[in-house]
Amino acid sequence: MSKTTLTRRGVLRTGAVAGAGVALPTIFTASSARAFTNEPTGGSVTLGFNVPQTGPYADEGADELRAYELAVEHLNGGGDGGMMQTFSSKALEGSGILGKKVEYVTGDTQTKSDAARASAKSMIEKDGAIMITGGSSSGVAVAVQGLCQEAGVIFMAGLTHSNDTTGKDKKANGFRHFFNAYMSGAALAPVLAKAYGEDRKAYHLTADYTWGWTQEESIKAATEALGWETVEAVKTPLAQTDFSSYIAPVLNSGADVLVLNHYGGNMVNSLTNAVQFGLREKQANGKNFEIVVPLFSRLMARGAGENIKGILGSTNWHWSLQDEGTKAFVKSFGTKYGFPPSQAAHTCYVQTLLYADAVQRAGSFDPCAVAEALEGYEFDGLGNGPTLYRAEDHQCFKDVLVVRGKENPTSEFDLLEVVEITPRGQVEYAPDHPMFAGGALGSCNPGV
Amino acid sequence: MFGLGKRDLTLFLIVAVMALFAPFILNPFPTDSGMAQFNAGYPDLMQRFVIFGILAIGFNILFGLTGYLSFGHAAFLGVGSYAAVWMFKLLSMNVIPAILLSMIVSGLFAVVIGYVSLRRSGIYFSILTLAFAQMSYNLAYSVLTPITNGETGLQITLDDPRILGVSATADGGIPVTNLFGLEMRSFETLNIGPWAFQFSVGYYVAAVIMLISFYIAIRIFRSPFGMMLRAIKSNQNRLYYTGLNARPYTLAAFVISGMYAGLAGGLLACMDPLAGAERMQWTASGEVVLMTILGGAGTLIGPVLGAGFIKYFENIFSKINDQVVHGWVSFLPDGLEDLVVALIHPFVGKGWHLTLGLMFMLIVIFLPGGLVEGGQRISRRLRRKPAEDDAKSASTEPAE
Amino acid sequence: MDAIILQILNGLDKGSAYALIALGLTLIFGTLGVVNFAHGALFMIGAFCAVTLNRLLTLSHQVVDETRTDFLGNPLKVDVPYMQDIFGEATGAAIIDWSVPLAILFSIPIMIGFGVIMERGLIKHFYKRPHADQILVTFGLAIVLQEVIKQIFGANPIPTPAPDVFRGSFDFGTMLGFDPNVIIYPYWRLVYFGFAAIIIGAVFAFLQFTTFGMVVRAGMADRETVGLLGINIDRRFTIMFGLAAAVAGLAGVMYAPINSPNYHMGMDFLVLSFVVVVVGGMGSLPGAVLAGFLLGILESFASMNQIKSILPGIDQIIIYLVAIIILLTRPRGLMGRKGVMED
Repeated sequence: MSKTTLTRRGVLRTGAVAGAGVALPTIFTASSARAFTNEPTGGSVTLGFNVPQTGPYADEGADELRAYELAVEHLNGGGDGGMMQTFSSKALEGSGILGKKVEYVTGDTQTKSDAARASAKSMIEKDGAIMITGGSSSGVAVAVQGLCQEAGVIFMAGLTHSNDTTGKDKKANGFRHFFNAYMSGAALAPVLAKAYGEDRKAYHLTADYTWGWTQEESIKAATEALGWETVEAVKTPLAQTDFSSYIAPVLNSGADVLVLNHYGGNMVNSLTNAVQFGLREKQANGKNFEIVVPLFSRLMARGAGENIKGILGSTNWHWSLQDEGTKAFVKSFGTKYGFPPSQAAHTCYVQTLLYADAVQRAGSFDPCAVAEALEGYEFDGLGNGPTLYRAEDHQCFKDVLVVRGKENPTSEFDLLEVVEITPRGQVEYAPDHPMFAGGALGSCNPGV
Repeated sequence: MFGLGKRDLTLFLIVAVMALFAPFILNPFPTDSGMAQFNAGYPDLMQRFVIFGILAIGFNILFGLTGYLSFGHAAFLGVGSYAAVWMFKLLSMNVIPAILLSMIVSGLFAVVIGYVSLRRSGIYFSILTLAFAQMSYNLAYSVLTPITNGETGLQITLDDPRILGVSATADGGIPVTNLFGLEMRSFETLNIGPWAFQFSVGYYVAAVIMLISFYIAIRIFRSPFGMMLRAIKSNQNRLYYTGLNARPYTLAAFVISGMYAGLAGGLLACMDPLAGAERMQWTASGEVVLMTILGGAGTLIGPVLGAGFIKYFENIFSKINDQVVHGWVSFLPDGLEDLVVALIHPFVGKGWHLTLGLMFMLIVIFLPGGLVEGGQRISRRLRRKPAEDDAKSASTEPAE
Repeated sequence: MDAIILQILNGLDKGSAYALIALGLTLIFGTLGVVNFAHGALFMIGAFCAVTLNRLLTLSHQVVDETRTDFLGNPLKVDVPYMQDIFGEATGAAIIDWSVPLAILFSIPIMIGFGVIMERGLIKHFYKRPHADQILVTFGLAIVLQEVIKQIFGANPIPTPAPDVFRGSFDFGTMLGFDPNVIIYPYWRLVYFGFAAIIIGAVFAFLQFTTFGMVVRAGMADRETVGLLGINIDRRFTIMFGLAAAVAGLAGVMYAPINSPNYHMGMDFLVLSFVVVVVGGMGSLPGAVLAGFLLGILESFASMNQIKSILPGIDQIIIYLVAIIILLTRPRGLMGRKGVMED
């Protein structure tokens, strides 16, 4: 009654130690019907939704979870089908994935790389999840992506904005739909130059960890290319809650723009503090003093309240877009939950559909077949216009939105307005761009 | 036998048997039943149970015996993990050198921190250790990123040198942690009827190390050195008056306890080669303290129970979502079903912290000696012995 | 020069928050000998008193505005606060605008009541228990409190603005002869500083000049003797706990406009407040206040670019570094008493 599931590499290694290193197992498994981790055998398939449920990003995680539940409902043929009707690929039929009913398990990342990996591991080891998705920070995304690579399952990243996720830490089993810091900079800089002029002096406050650094690097490069000058770039501790001592010297530094490379609670507090200091009513170098927040999210906008009004930033997607995909998604999400979805919800919903579609097209749950189906895939109708999943680094390329805090919001969800849709061509970069160099995808790992 | 008294030997054997059969004990429910949600017998969680058990055993050597409450023990856990991962990156994927280095590095770290912190006692000592650990965490997250890889955590990559191993396997993957070829992550599944039991290599390696640590801890508790530490706890002044200097003893206890934490950190990295900075945060230090008090400070088995308790909540309760709860109570009529789900909802899934907080309060209010006392009360009930003489023989030394 | 003055201002402002929290904590530490890990949670509850009052004042009914549509294309429902119905649009809006100062009055009875219930219902039973048990039970309580707040208000920060007249900042520089905009400081933070000074002064005056305070101070020094003198010290200690809770709560109320309150803000301050209390010295109220301001000022200096360029990352660790240095040079912190929490 015993079923052996020694890992393939384990067998390999043991074979080598025994002096019989002819790698016979690879020959067997190289056939089309090779085995892979958690191959679904019954009438259902399990996906793992790993989102922050405790800690500062819990609300963002809750919104991601809503989107996942909606996606599962649509995949199984429930509801109005949402974006499945507008998606350019028609492979999905509303009968689950490859005819198997979609089930899911949830876990709590706690926004800690350790806890996120423990949670993902339990999904893989205990619940037999075939794909892991979700997350609300780059540290977690990179850590879980690494785990999925080792375990041999697909990772569809949730909200992760650092260049590293598809840069130096990219993995063959990991895919990112969300945009990144480079794209934020490239999309935002021309709008900033147009709105505030090309002769500006910028002061950066940067969260002192990996994401903050890539964000600062990206936006600095993009604005400096347009003629802006960087007066000072100051790192602030992640645990900082009161930014007064960092903001107080800004006005007297000769700068006339403050760039806040912060996210989440850091950003809510630093922006609130900056507005408290009255920076936005001040003049510097004969110009109005301006504040820029490169990465916006609606949840942060809610936290910052009034302070967000008139401030420029970038975002992956916004519910007020008028394309068919967006309208379909906002309608089914809004009908089910009573308010419009956030960008985190959108990227998670889309990632789930993309994964299901790739499996359907590949005709197999085998991670390597799925990865092959996603690589270089061009699609449309998911809210961001024509999009490419680039094969070289598993990053999606699509239009990027530049948004501004709305002056007269109609509700607590209507806080941002789209200023410009920066076309995809403007935010593209070479796979070996210096900001993304240093890593390798490696080869796809089907596990077992 | 093994130089243990009868009572200790029994305890040790019970722990050994439990560790050996953990895959069965922790998987009481058939795989496809609704209760399978509560099964904890999968490799990752079992590994965490024993590894955090090691951490708590080590912490107890310091806190339970000397009464010095360190609030920075997570620093040693983190340092141990970093040391182990660096060993994987530079030397080889074998776990032995990694574990050795993690113990050495954390031991050295403990000598430095202990030497400074032990100049003060009571709350002043706690704050000194807390300060050192928080400094380590803050720096690891930011300035020391070249060594620690900051936010993401230190991972092994394809371009690591690995002098005694390979940078990448033949098929382009990252090599796996192993013990002379025996992979930590490999496991076998035994299917008996509707049950599925997983036997993981990593778990058994960690369990054997835990048993060794536990054995050493028993010996320390029963040794003259252990007596000395207890003396320090009960009255340090009196020791000074007899002409004894307590410092070398407390420092030794601190370093041993730090090495236990480093060992736990190294083992965590062996099971899953990633070292995150959050391992050093004060919340992680606080967790060790809570594990020990929750289980029963000063008792041998208590800290291990406390560690298991907290890790179980973290990993099992956080995964129970509304869909799962609906599954359990689907036999109820619709209105009642929704009501029950609404009642359970705040305590599971994203509300697992709330349940944990309530459990902390209930246990400390009703079981002053922690889980161990709970166990003693139950066994007393079962044996129907007069409470007095049993309480005397199984007396615990609650810490202060 | 101007940069230094600016950072001293910052330090005083930060320090006033630290001092207020540490003052409440050390009242409990010093008088009751209880390690209260739920003190941060009390601070958080205070901030959420401000949020709650703001929510109560903005209780609204919905009016359908046919001219505009919501995100699903239905007619937009606009919230109209009842306050505006009762007091007219202008007065109603003004009351809502002043919700944070009003929350001071609102929070005092709530916080005192909360503190008294907490002491009578829970803490009382832990006076004779080891410190470790106190840590476990108060930590459990802190988790429960913050999770309850999270279930009600969500995890996201909730903007709670100060009244409009306190928006913007005051130009100190022009007063001292500097150019305009060189030394500016927000009005609300100045208010916070003044408020903290008043509260700290009031607590000291209360302990110094009232009979009640005298008894409590005596109890801090030697509880047993005071009890033997036939004075009901327990009841006074209950009141002290309520007072400490109120101090923490008021610190939280006034802090709400500075940083949008969220459910884990108490935990963020917890470690820091313990460091402040211990650096100040166990059992010393002036020590806690002094340490609060000292650490606040040093933290502000550490965040200056000139200093960060010499010692990168110094602002990450300055608090802990200072704590270590002080504790090694002064065994009982700045003004600690011998024998308090030393074993």
